Amino acid sequence: MDAKLRKQLEIAACKIRMGVIEGTYNAKSGHPGGSLSIADVLAYLYFVQMRIDPSEPKAADRDRLVLSKGHAAPALYSALALRGFFPTDEIKRLRKTGEMLQGHPSMKCVPGVDMSTGSLGQGISAACGMALSAKHFGDDYKVYAILGDGEIEEGQVWEAAMFAAHKKLGNLVAFVDCNDLQIDGTVDEVNSPKPVDAKFAAFGWNVQIINGHDFDAIEAALATAFKNDKPTAIIMNTVKGKGVSFMENQVGWHGSAPNAEQYAAAMEELNTALAAMEG
Amino acid sequence: MADVKKIATRDGYAEGLIELGAQRDDIIVLDADLAAATKTGAFKKVYPDSFYDCGIAEQNMIGIAAGIAATGKTVFASSFAMFAAGRAFEQVRNSLGYTHLPVNIGATHAGISVGEDGASHQCCEDIALMRTIPGMTIINPADAVEAKAATIAAAEIDGPVYLRFGRLAVPVIFDDGYKFEVGKGRVLVEGSDVTVIATGLMVERALAAAEQLKAEGINARVINMATIKPLDNDIVLAAARETGAIVTAEEHSVVGGLGAAVAELLSEQLPTPVLRVGVNDTFGESGPAVELLEKYGLGVKDIVEKAKQAVSLKK
Repeated sequence: MDAKLRKQLEIAACKIRMGVIEGTYNAKSGHPGGSLSIADVLAYLYFVQMRIDPSEPKAADRDRLVLSKGHAAPALYSALALRGFFPTDEIKRLRKTGEMLQGHPSMKCVPGVDMSTGSLGQGISAACGMALSAKHFGDDYKVYAILGDGEIEEGQVWEAAMFAAHKKLGNLVAFVDCNDLQIDGTVDEVNSPKPVDAKFAAFGWNVQIINGHDFDAIEAALATAFKNDKPTAIIMNTVKGKGVSFMENQVGWHGSAPNAEQYAAAMEELNTALAAMEG
Repeated sequence: MADVKKIATRDGYAEGLIELGAQRDDIIVLDADLAAATKTGAFKKVYPDSFYDCGIAEQNMIGIAAGIAATGKTVFASSFAMFAAGRAFEQVRNSLGYTHLPVNIGATHAGISVGEDGASHQCCEDIALMRTIPGMTIINPADAVEAKAATIAAAEIDGPVYLRFGRLAVPVIFDDGYKFEVGKGRVLVEGSDVTVIATGLMVERALAAAEQLKAEGINARVINMATIKPLDNDIVLAAARETGAIVTAEEHSVVGGLGAAVAELLSEQLPTPVLRVGVNDTFGESGPAVELLEKYGLGVKDIVEKAKQAVSLKK
């Protein structure tokens, strides 16, 4: 990856993070931690990887992304807005009555949202259905899903994992955001799904393990996908709350919004980072 | 009615799927390791490439169906009612209901007439569960002819559809010229003293009950209510206005099903005695289907008794 593209992606990811803070602060609720941990992969997918056209969000041949860990909606909305699917101003009205941006993604009212999610474990099945449809009808679009490491405690995820490999869905990539934290504590304390890579490998997937905040690693991992008829799992080691120092690796920031003081501190940190990137 | 042809509604479902396979090139049929029982196996035989077995994983199957529908294709997902509506309820609610994706659920082996497999498989709660989901269409055909027609019609319905079929071979009521209309009840027998609103295999029993009642001087109207949601309010209100007493008959719990839907409508718009024939808030047991239908209060005599009682309650 050339330095210019890397810098552009860093800037996009930083702006996605600012949207996460802006949205959850104004909503006075939401899930900043797990949104911040997937900002980098979303930046890469929406600004480099995916075949999409914001002016035609329902185009039949578009690539699809299913945010199976739907509680990270603020990051998805932020990425979609930055990519031009809707005005960035919308993020300030996240979770407000009568507004477009629901607490969890809704495909019915948000341009660019390919599947309604929020109930964990269901998005990956829908992604498999989209991939099956593409394969069955000879369409060449690709399907991406993003899951959480807590989410994969849901049994349905493994029903889907079995299905994807058995139906040879080589057009499917699932990212697993392993930020190591879930609501009740670390995944190790709660009900560890580890080893995540060995589980997907045992289910018949191609498996890559990467640093989920490294664009070169994301690019390299994606370059290994779609080469055979196996679905690809990209296990991303990430930091929950990434980019806002006081939120990093803090389980408390899974599902609580910053107050005014915390909002100001977070935005200052992100603005400083952005200025350095742009400088 | 000794030599009446008997065919299970699940066989009508398979015929409908096969006809859809001939009509459209965008159809995928899913099953969860019950293709021989749900009869999607008959579709698979004709269109093997358009059939996918999801294995014993109903929750994932509903999600797979959602994903296929989200790409604009026609999809049917089949399992027993217990697992399609029961086990996968939350998947149906969130991945199909909330999204309003046009997925057709072919739920077979509904009700107590599953028979020998016993209570674990006798789903008498599915209509109640599906009725609570906004935008869900629920169709419970009375015979194989209606089942086939409803299956074909379902492919054109906006939003998710729950098609409810039975295991038991039941008398064929309708002829081949029968036209199915979604959301419309149909008067099969005219009558002015009481109305029996029936669905599924209880329709044929309601017809038999009407004959017995007639012999006793009670003219019972019989309505086939194949679509339970959206309910044909007009035909129910007209029946209440014109006959003054209602009996509902369904192979389902009296809680939350057709009887509840009718009672809810009438209590709000035209208070009228409504007596419900159905499984009386209890689990079933193993046994031959026909015996169970009698034991659990779904016999012709049960409809006759409730009809007389309803007449006696008229003002």
